[in-house]
Amino acid sequence: MRQSETFDAIVVGSGISGGWAAKELTERGLRVLLLERGRNVEHQKDYKNARKGPWEYPYRAGRTRAMVEAYPVLRRDYPLNEKNLDWWVNEQESPYTEIKRFDWYRGYHLGGRSLTWGRQSYRLSDLDFEANDREGVAVDWPVRYADIAPWYDHVEQHAGVSGSIERLPQLPDGQFQPAMPLNCAEEAIATRIAARFERRRMIPGRVANLTQPLPGRGRCQYRNACALGCPSGSYFSTQASTLPFAAATGRLTLRTNAIATEVIYDRDRKRAGGVRVMDAITHATTEYRARVVFLCASTLNSTWLLMRSATDVWPDGLGSSSGELGHNLMDHHFRCGASGISDEPKDKTVYGRRPNGFYIPRFRNLFGDKRAYLRGFGYQGSANRQGWQRMVAELGVGGAFKDAAATPGPWSVGGTGFGEMLPNHANRAFLDRTKTDKWGMPVLAIDCATGENERLMRIDMMNDMAEMLEAAGVRSVRVTDSGYSPGMGIHEMGTARMGRDPKTSVLNGHNQVWDCPNVFVTDGSFMTSSACHNPSLGYMAFTARASAFAVEELKRGNL
Amino acid sequence: MNDITRRDVLQRVTALLGGAALVGGESLAAFTFHEAARAAAMSQGIGAFTAADVALLDEIAETILPQTSTPGARAAKTGAFMALMVTDVYADRAQAVFRDGLKQVDDECRRANGVAFMSATPAQRLAVVQALDREQKSVMDARQEPPPTRAPFTPAPPTDEPAHYFRMMKELALLGFFTSEIGMTQALRYIEAPGRYDPCAPHLPGDRAWAGHA
Repeated sequence: MRQSETFDAIVVGSGISGGWAAKELTERGLRVLLLERGRNVEHQKDYKNARKGPWEYPYRAGRTRAMVEAYPVLRRDYPLNEKNLDWWVNEQESPYTEIKRFDWYRGYHLGGRSLTWGRQSYRLSDLDFEANDREGVAVDWPVRYADIAPWYDHVEQHAGVSGSIERLPQLPDGQFQPAMPLNCAEEAIATRIAARFERRRMIPGRVANLTQPLPGRGRCQYRNACALGCPSGSYFSTQASTLPFAAATGRLTLRTNAIATEVIYDRDRKRAGGVRVMDAITHATTEYRARVVFLCASTLNSTWLLMRSATDVWPDGLGSSSGELGHNLMDHHFRCGASGISDEPKDKTVYGRRPNGFYIPRFRNLFGDKRAYLRGFGYQGSANRQGWQRMVAELGVGGAFKDAAATPGPWSVGGTGFGEMLPNHANRAFLDRTKTDKWGMPVLAIDCATGENERLMRIDMMNDMAEMLEAAGVRSVRVTDSGYSPGMGIHEMGTARMGRDPKTSVLNGHNQVWDCPNVFVTDGSFMTSSACHNPSLGYMAFTARASAFAVEELKRGNL
Repeated sequence: MNDITRRDVLQRVTALLGGAALVGGESLAAFTFHEAARAAAMSQGIGAFTAADVALLDEIAETILPQTSTPGARAAKTGAFMALMVTDVYADRAQAVFRDGLKQVDDECRRANGVAFMSATPAQRLAVVQALDREQKSVMDARQEPPPTRAPFTPAPPTDEPAHYFRMMKELALLGFFTSEIGMTQALRYIEAPGRYDPCAPHLPGDRAWAGHA
């Protein structure tokens, strides 16, 4: 064991939440140690494929049998391809146990999944925060929109979110940069949907890509290659947006290849004393001490760390006294919707590759609508002129065929629903002591499934989109369900939920572990319900809020 | 994740699979090693494809996507791409169907014209490929269920039956050509960093499509 070093705060994980914790805590005067279990990824310099021509990939961004063999989880959906495989976890080194199929797409490197995320950024409303209480599902959120709204403002302004002001009660507006507008095919469809359906709106996606520059970051160049790393820092990532500000304070210490194996619990003080860390390469362990610990290792990973931090005081893990640690795992179910063809406008196309699309905010089970299931869904989609791919199934070969394939086809338009998944105590993760990872840690076992509520909702997710497209004059409308397994949304949430009562929740309304108040969990683990929106903006806001609270509590001597 | 990205990638991946599920394969280490070896051996052939096979694939691809006012599939080395994809991406059954199909193209040409495909005139080659295109289209269309228009519906049972070999060839020729540097920058239009977004730009008949990013 190495000599311990002491900091004011330790942040575990450098993704969306961890980067924000590091920024907020250092800017508020704390000396912070930021731990990242994977390797360093330096902004811009290490985005090795960012400027590559698409033709430079031998399989043109595809996947070989060898890759399929090496990645039994990643291969289940789009992440397995030759473009950015470095930014997904090595599955041989980091196995987990699937009691039921659970697709866990992890990014173990500096910046985590902030480098590869979809960047869609939406606010929850009180319709979401009040839903559990109103319907008697799980437990009540200990937070309301008024508590978090200023923090949404704060993170949107710094991260840079482009979007339009819509004045919709179910999707609060924010501090937006100018929107990336709908294209003319989408605009025509949006107009017809608004005319036909009082409560349904097709709006520009709200996306963490800059349409105006911010300090150190340029505006979007419309390359639509975000997941390779952005040369102009135009989308929000740890590297582009939070880490530079944390580093600029002079109070940040960053350790990469540093796996937090355990939060050290001091039973006399009833506080965490620090974090035990294993070097991912040498396997040497070091103890770091701090007055406050922020767990931002991602949903499941933070809970896994809490479970590994068991003592005879808390034999099922730090924060386990309620019996809810590891439970209520959620995701967003999706991959179903509808699509069709729009022939108009024939004389228009788009210039530039917009890294965004349209969004249709939730309209089910709101404003007097009542369905056989609870909650609802939003849609993401786009209209694009068809490319050469449309010719694969068409009859034809030869010069005229080739030249036709090189011109754009009609507009293909479609939307995929992203549906709320209800919190359910039976959906859980726990330690599997029969299996260890490369570093000798018992792995996580995951037992999670969707239920009847999600099954019923998926029918509407398909039919409502089909109905809207048809009402908008779109032809050849078809519904699709590509199948869904929990985890595929890469929106895993829950397992250390917030609540009002330490008997039924792991965290209080400030993301503080009830059992150990100087430990905060601010990644998706805290989510009390999933709502139906892409959740990352909320992690930013709750992290910033919890950081400010922690600093005040330190000053008050409460931690 | 953004659904647009997901759908775009899925669409491409589906195109790559030749309609067949992937099973088995090499280790990742072997994959890296084979890549280097393969590049060195390019002049001799790719996987089980000989240099003559690659030349034949080039000519089949060129017949599907010939030089017009822009270069054709041969100039974009589409044959080598097709051989690489079949070797490293296709499942065993699909590989066998594809390789057998390569022989059948020659057989069809001999039957129609009395000469191998490589020795046939461009007009003879086109007639052979047109006939094969009609054949694959009718085979593949017959397998296609009409798409559902409302939920719930009974999904078609998953199949690992390989596509008709000429569908594979056509799909790989289109993919290989239109994602090549020549295809993207000359047949299509490509700008690495467009710099701005125009949601409603004029499009005149015959204007080439903008290529997407990888």
